[in-house]
Amino acid sequence: MDRREFLKAIAITGAAFTIKNVGGNMDLFSQTISKSSTDAIGTTSAKYDLVAVMGGEPEVMFQKAIAELGGMSVFVKKGQKIVVKPNIGWDKVPELAGNTNPKLIAEIVKQCLSAGAKEVKVFDNTCDDWKKCYTNSGIETAVKKAGGIMVPAHEESYYREISLPNAKKMKKAKIHEAILDCDAWINVPVLKNHGGANLTISMKNLMGIVWDRRYFHNNDLQQCIADMCTLDKKAILNIVDAYRVVKTNGPRGKSETDVVNPKGLFMSQDIVAVDTAAANFFNQIREMPLDHVAHIGNGEALNLGTTKLESLNVKRIKL
Amino acid sequence: MLKKIRVILAIIFFSLITFIFLDFADLLPKEFSVLAKIQFVPAALSLSWIILGIILLLTILFGRIYCSIICPLGVFQDISNWFSKKIIKKKKYNYRKQKTILRLVILGLVIISLFFIDTLFLEFLDPYSAYGRIIYNVFKPIYVAGNNLLETIFTNFGIYTFYKEPIFIASIFAFITGIITFLTIGFLSFFYGRTWCNTICPVGTILGFLNKISILKIRINEEKCNKCSLCAKKCKAFCINPKESKIDHSRCVNCFNCINVCKQNAISYNFKNTSKKLMEENTPQNVENENINTNLRNFLVTIGLAGISIPKTFANKKLVNVVNQIDNKKEYNLLQPITPPGSRSIEHFNKKCTSCHLCVSKCPQKVLKPAFKEYGIEGIMQPVMKFDKGFCNFDCTLCSEVCPNGAIKKITKEEKHLTQVGKVVFILENCVVYTNGTSCGACSEHCPTQAVKMKPYKDGLTIPTINKDICVGCGGCEYICPVRPFRAIHVEANAVQVQAKPIEKEKQDNKIIDDFGF
Repeated sequence: MDRREFLKAIAITGAAFTIKNVGGNMDLFSQTISKSSTDAIGTTSAKYDLVAVMGGEPEVMFQKAIAELGGMSVFVKKGQKIVVKPNIGWDKVPELAGNTNPKLIAEIVKQCLSAGAKEVKVFDNTCDDWKKCYTNSGIETAVKKAGGIMVPAHEESYYREISLPNAKKMKKAKIHEAILDCDAWINVPVLKNHGGANLTISMKNLMGIVWDRRYFHNNDLQQCIADMCTLDKKAILNIVDAYRVVKTNGPRGKSETDVVNPKGLFMSQDIVAVDTAAANFFNQIREMPLDHVAHIGNGEALNLGTTKLESLNVKRIKL
Repeated sequence: MLKKIRVILAIIFFSLITFIFLDFADLLPKEFSVLAKIQFVPAALSLSWIILGIILLLTILFGRIYCSIICPLGVFQDISNWFSKKIIKKKKYNYRKQKTILRLVILGLVIISLFFIDTLFLEFLDPYSAYGRIIYNVFKPIYVAGNNLLETIFTNFGIYTFYKEPIFIASIFAFITGIITFLTIGFLSFFYGRTWCNTICPVGTILGFLNKISILKIRINEEKCNKCSLCAKKCKAFCINPKESKIDHSRCVNCFNCINVCKQNAISYNFKNTSKKLMEENTPQNVENENINTNLRNFLVTIGLAGISIPKTFANKKLVNVVNQIDNKKEYNLLQPITPPGSRSIEHFNKKCTSCHLCVSKCPQKVLKPAFKEYGIEGIMQPVMKFDKGFCNFDCTLCSEVCPNGAIKKITKEEKHLTQVGKVVFILENCVVYTNGTSCGACSEHCPTQAVKMKPYKDGLTIPTINKDICVGCGGCEYICPVRPFRAIHVEANAVQVQAKPIEKEKQDNKIIDDFGF
């Protein structure tokens, strides 16, 4: 229906149509260039597979964690176009923990830029009105202050379809052009209870780079989340914000009593491992068996990473 | 000079009120919506006596400057008329007799229908609402298309000042109405100046008759006038009778065009006629006065009649309360339309709204849409809540703040949190957790009060359970429910909006986490 109405409107404003098309072609052109320059993932060899930090402010915990992995310049190269993808799903203030902590996002953007990144874009396909989410989460202000660019994600034309050959159920998806056109991207979810998926962490955060989230819910949510993570262009880092955690009535939460403040942060290139670690952390707040967060197991079955944390080289830091 | 002031003020008012409707990016603070509240019909419907008093006082003091400056449809006609002068160089008007009976009949019909069949006539004839509809339904899509064009260009150069906005026509009926109104009034004003205002517009009629007794008005000094009729040829209201050197003040909108063209300096805008003596001797004038008195009398009788009918209409209207009993069916058809939070009841809303579409235009989530047949014929084009493109933001009260008519009463965020516009209806047989045995929870995820909550089901799955008492009817669940062709969850309207029960907060958790847990 949208499309039909769109075309009707365009018929009135004939001129816009042609020029819009030109824009579309230009986008395709830039895609071919940037795709060939994607080589960040897999080339880094960090000291630890996973870093877990507790007891500090969000930006301080991140500074400690990234230092353990050798600093941001291990992951971000000079002149690269970087995307930082937080969870900005809800029209909530930072204290209600519906979204990734803005201080953490600001610190990541800053470090990317000082590592020589050419630009750092930040976006999310929000659930609530995107302008309200960007503003009230505090992320828009924090990112702009840190030198990053907030890009919109509320319109289908910002997304391009790609195929997911290794997926089980969701064989294709429309992905935001910022992710497709960047050199590397960083996944920065917030750890929360989730009514449907039981937990939302790094893997579930990938729903925010996709246009049609209803498809996930309608076609086995837990499998589609894992399928989405088979995307070729993996995040160079998954950084889980567990500074404040929505323990009940997630992912949105209905009041401040749904939120606890355990002050944690987990970081890894292995998306399954980092989610396993965060799920175990959540299990201390409220019982949450790992097999209930079925997308993590589904991810392991697709060889996206491991749930066996004992097999990994884990660095634990308490501040 | 007077004309210059009029034109400058008119352009300021006109541009701002137009931009309020177009401005999807909220560049203009929402306080500017006061420009809609100072319009005559909205002020009358919302019973804003102060604003109404000021408009009437302004008219009594200065004449119909409301029609020349504040009314956007009036200024729109002046603009269309200005273009006609640029295109047709030798454009001339001539004096025409006024159509008093037609004017009074239309005004009477509007007032009577206001009490008998809601705002239907007024909806179409109120100049402000008609203008709002034109801008929202016809020009906003064009404005957004222009923005998207700029966005494409600028973003290609790496400048992210603009963002794309979906272009859509919210209602085909309102779109067609908007185009017809635009073309009709545009055509009339292009060729026949202010004919609309002086024949059809109910506000024009009321203020027109008031204009007759205004203190400051345009007057012709008959001693200086040589009856050259230059002024009449320039008068877009056709209200100057050059043969008798008279102005029909019920039609004069104080555009001041005549003052500048008069070579004898016989026309001025002043307190009293400089040739009072001459006027008194003028018999046709007295005859005309007689006519006016009868007209005024008719007018007052009409209003009186309308007044008598008020209590009757209120007594005739009954509230309809509907209970949902459709949980076993797979398809769900809404029993009643959902009105925006703050509108109190369908009845109140239908009685007050004139479909200016300001709330529709401002709704950030695009929940409000012009109705087609949801309210029946008398509520055609009035806004209705639809959850196919969005849901009502829990903290947002914008529609209640901008509504100039008092159709949506102003509510605070706290009041909104407890205003139940409808109640959730869950159809288990359609739910993907039930039919496919896979996780979902999209509805509960969007529910601000957890009136839809996920409870343990089987194999670690969770399934929705509902609590209608705490539901506010925001439509988040219905909007996001992925199941097709029939959604598994809906919001059914409350014909009369009620208070939802406040949510129960979770117990505060003070458990100290001092380990990683792995």
